[in-house]
Amino acid sequence: MSDRNSDVGGIPIEEVVVEAQEALRDRSQTRVPDKNWVKVLDHFKREWQIYAMLLPTLIWFVVFLYKPMYGLQIAFKDYSIFRGVAGSPWIGWEHFETLFTNDQFLRAVRNTIYISALNLLFGFPAPIILALMFNEVMHATYKRTAQTIVYLPHFISSVIIAGIVITAFSPSAGIVNTFISWLGFEPIYFLTQPEWFRPIFVGTGIWQEAGFGSIVFLAAIAGVNPSLYESAVVDGANRWQMMWKITIPSILPTILIMLIIRIGNVMEVSFELVILLYQPSTYETADVVNTWVYRQGLQSGQYDLAAAAGLFNAVVAFVLVMTANTLSRRFSRTSLW
Amino acid sequence: MMNWNLYSRGDKIFAIVVSILIGMFTIATLYPFIYIAAVSFSSGFAAQAGKVVLTPINFTLEAYGYILKDPQFWISYRNTFIYTIGGTLMSLAFIIPGAYALSRPQLKGRRFFNLFVAFTMWFNAGLIPFFLNMRDLGLLDSMFGIILAFAVNAFNIILLRNFFEAIPQSFEEAARMDGANDFQVLWKVFVPLSKPAIATITLFCIVSRWNGFFWAMVLLQSEEKIPLQVFLRHTISNLSDDDEFAIVQTAAGFSAETVTAAIIVCSIIPVLIVYPFIQKYFEKGILLGGVKE
Repeated sequence: MSDRNSDVGGIPIEEVVVEAQEALRDRSQTRVPDKNWVKVLDHFKREWQIYAMLLPTLIWFVVFLYKPMYGLQIAFKDYSIFRGVAGSPWIGWEHFETLFTNDQFLRAVRNTIYISALNLLFGFPAPIILALMFNEVMHATYKRTAQTIVYLPHFISSVIIAGIVITAFSPSAGIVNTFISWLGFEPIYFLTQPEWFRPIFVGTGIWQEAGFGSIVFLAAIAGVNPSLYESAVVDGANRWQMMWKITIPSILPTILIMLIIRIGNVMEVSFELVILLYQPSTYETADVVNTWVYRQGLQSGQYDLAAAAGLFNAVVAFVLVMTANTLSRRFSRTSLW
Repeated sequence: MMNWNLYSRGDKIFAIVVSILIGMFTIATLYPFIYIAAVSFSSGFAAQAGKVVLTPINFTLEAYGYILKDPQFWISYRNTFIYTIGGTLMSLAFIIPGAYALSRPQLKGRRFFNLFVAFTMWFNAGLIPFFLNMRDLGLLDSMFGIILAFAVNAFNIILLRNFFEAIPQSFEEAARMDGANDFQVLWKVFVPLSKPAIATITLFCIVSRWNGFFWAMVLLQSEEKIPLQVFLRHTISNLSDDDEFAIVQTAAGFSAETVTAAIIVCSIIPVLIVYPFIQKYFEKGILLGGVKE
């Protein structure tokens, strides 16, 4: 956090002064035509090192992120591997027309939104509740140990998470069905039944991320002014009341910002985990846009159509993120970047 | 802040109930790992029959024996180390100088370059153009390709740039007085002062490399290049429908379940070893990278 007084619109004050002085000097002197060139050359001679440091990163961005954006034009082309991106003929919006009459694609869009909504509904409150609960635990070592453990799954790869889920939910060998049969019911083929995919997927997400997600809220809680609690104690408030009247209102801005980020990421269902957990019999509820893109493009080789679906996803995501940032700017003085 | 002795009866009950709930959630988090470990040490028959609940049934090391004898396991384990170490070093080699340059007020077009970097957080071309680009660059099935293509991301650069920007100018001026150039200022002033931020980024890189799966699966074809995660995936999806394996396993004391569990255990162990050391960094790190200002 820099000292606000020393900044003018985010630019350090020294810089503004120097610029102003230079501007005045420029105006007072008669312009020599090639003086700017000299100045630019001079600047690069003096500061070449920072440009040298920037260059590799810039090239990397161009090669690995901006060049694919150029390649996105195949969404409007009849792409053939032999003709390449530039040589393939334009066909306009044809792929998008195909997409929006394709039941599987539309289903993937619906599933993406559905799964995101479930994540929002159940996955979003989980870390908040967890943080509020951690805040009430008095025993320091107990709290520390619990935190250490619940953060752990965040660092485990989705392949392992999927491996655990597949093993635990297996119809014959899995622990879940062992319990179900103890209770006297028939085993359930969880991973082959469409109605079970979403609960398992969302539940796995909560199990993996709720702990780690609570860090942000715990930090916000730690930032609450202690004198608020002290005066509440004087007023005879109990912990439950303090949680509702002090803690939650104090961390509301953080909650709001995190919520907005989540809404901005609605199109970003963690498709890696979907790929690892779904199977043809559960596509009906499990297939999301990016998994559809993966199958159509990388597995079936319909690159152009799949790229069009990816472009649709990216544009929707972009609009959502931009809207989210505008909203967060309005709600608080904090923007996300 | 709060004193237990000042708590009322109701508050104490509340705190105890909450502590119990936290304990239950913690156990629920831990249990799947314990279960997998128990399966990995159980006999194949017991695992298949769903007898394992908390501790190994008919303790055996057959599943580990099967895994550790597989040369592919060791190859992919080695590869994961190569990707993690090489990838992290590659990331730092790009990110540290890049973030430094972007933090310099005298950089012309600084605003544009920052936007150029940040834009990729909001919009990306998606799987297909990225894949086709990798193919056009000749980086399919290339270990170097994996290391290079995932070296940089906007988030890490911006995180470090913010940290660099917050370093008071006086530190730099002292070094400049001694005639230091930008490389020296970066290396001798900024990097030592930014240890927490660099540690955080290093941590993010290590974790994402160690866990990296999807692109390794898509881009790598040769078995001698795949990382552990892809090997694990192959094993999980192949074992269960491999008839030959089913015949072998009945003779030996393992099954698809126990072998899968054993690989999971083997690939988690390094994470568990490193985890206590990194913990203090990620708690700070997530806040550094989180909401700005």
